[in-house]
Amino acid sequence: MITEKDVEHIGMLADIAILRGELEEFTASFNRILEYFDILDQVTGEEKDGGAAVNVLREDEVVPSLSPQDVLSNAKETEDGFFRAPRVM
Amino acid sequence: MAEGMLTFSPDDRYNAFLRTVSPARYGEGRLRGIPVAIKDNISTAGIETTCGSRILSGYVPPYDATVVSLLKKEGAAIVGKTNMDEFGMGSTTENSAFGPTKNPRDETRVPGGSSGGSAAAVAAGLVPLALGTDTGGSIRCPAAFCGIVGLKPTYGRVSRYGLVAYANSLEQIGPMAADVAHANLLMSVIAGHDPKDSTSLDAPYSHTPSMEIRGTRIGIPEEFFGEGVDPRVASVVWDAISLLERKGAEIITCRMPSMAYALAAYYVTCMSEASSNLARYDGVRYGPPADVRKPWHEAFQERRREGFGLEVRRRIMIGTFALSSGYYGKYYAKAQAARRNVREDFGRLFAEVDVIAGPTMPTVAFRFGEKSDPLAMYLSDILTVPANLAGVPAISVPCGKVEGLPVGLQIMGRWMEDERVIDVAYAYEQGANP
Repeated sequence: MITEKDVEHIGMLADIAILRGELEEFTASFNRILEYFDILDQVTGEEKDGGAAVNVLREDEVVPSLSPQDVLSNAKETEDGFFRAPRVM
Repeated sequence: MAEGMLTFSPDDRYNAFLRTVSPARYGEGRLRGIPVAIKDNISTAGIETTCGSRILSGYVPPYDATVVSLLKKEGAAIVGKTNMDEFGMGSTTENSAFGPTKNPRDETRVPGGSSGGSAAAVAAGLVPLALGTDTGGSIRCPAAFCGIVGLKPTYGRVSRYGLVAYANSLEQIGPMAADVAHANLLMSVIAGHDPKDSTSLDAPYSHTPSMEIRGTRIGIPEEFFGEGVDPRVASVVWDAISLLERKGAEIITCRMPSMAYALAAYYVTCMSEASSNLARYDGVRYGPPADVRKPWHEAFQERRREGFGLEVRRRIMIGTFALSSGYYGKYYAKAQAARRNVREDFGRLFAEVDVIAGPTMPTVAFRFGEKSDPLAMYLSDILTVPANLAGVPAISVPCGKVEGLPVGLQIMGRWMEDERVIDVAYAYEQGANP
């Protein structure tokens, strides 16, 4: 059973704020959905790796890429060719 | 003249498009001057791309997705971006931040989702071809609800470079069109190897549909006609299967026991992948900006609360929970084991049959608001998610109506046998509309 406190904690881990008025509905839907997921308890065994997915990496060589101007073109705040982000400390 | 400009001014009464481009440039090639609509989670250089989300409003990609480059190379005119459930999270297109799309076959009903805008644009005759994306049925569901053809290709057959990621291990870009021949044509343009997608297969697609299906063994899993499937839909689909039998196919009933937990496995997987993929939306590099004067977490939490809709926030949070310490084994690891069982079920069945068929959706198109409970909406994906979990090709082709609303016949094939899936769909379509 997931409590409202748990949901607030998950929201913090996911970096998503939750308004007071939303907490009850989120908690109720989480519980309904997780209860449905309990059917997975019947599955035997575990799959440790990524299953059938295989990544194919190319050689590490320089190829044409976007210009710094293009990369920064959608940012609202930039400075000296960098993105400007909120302060960490 | 090799190049030209196409004026595109559709009567978009169904809200299929988020934005249109007119005049649209086109060139020489197999799709010379043909208007093509692109789902709004596929990057288009110079054309706003929002994924149906406020968090990307104003975002203009500086590059084209590989599929868009391929379309342009064949002369297509990119005429607009189509509406969708935010980030592909929904089966009705009601989760778009920019209002729902209506079903052209019945305006009181949803077009299906998440590629609802693309399906509606084709069904309404606004464009002959459209691209959709399919993570757990998002091409086939709206194709079925709107009465058109939609193909989810074999995983890796179409490049995902430039597709805004939601659940990488499940999703594919695919063609949507009014008939099988046009879906086949669009598939031949977008398929092929792309070094920019590390999961891309080197398997170009060049195929002429054949309606010769004598001797084709078609498996019909009991589970596709089980609880929750509207008996009227089941009956229409059985009629379609009988037609294929009359055309010389052999019908073999079978079982797919992993269907019992396929849907749970699918949702745990896609939510987990979404929680990681959507961590990038922090308002720093694109979209409405975060407040840089506030501390990091406060700014991000606020930005993401305002920018994401309820269903997106729900899926990111449940995915975060499913991956968190102490719950990973119960949810994510079990989901991957279940996914392996689904793959093994397909492998076992495909040793005995050539394709598997059943309904695409358990019901006809929902009324607006009918699936307001999230779990009820998830359950409607039960028949489409197995193909994504296994990475095999699957198509939806219109096969009749229930009370005037379209029903889709779903045909799933062996890994890399997109051609055979197309042929069986073509044989049905030509047989039903001689």
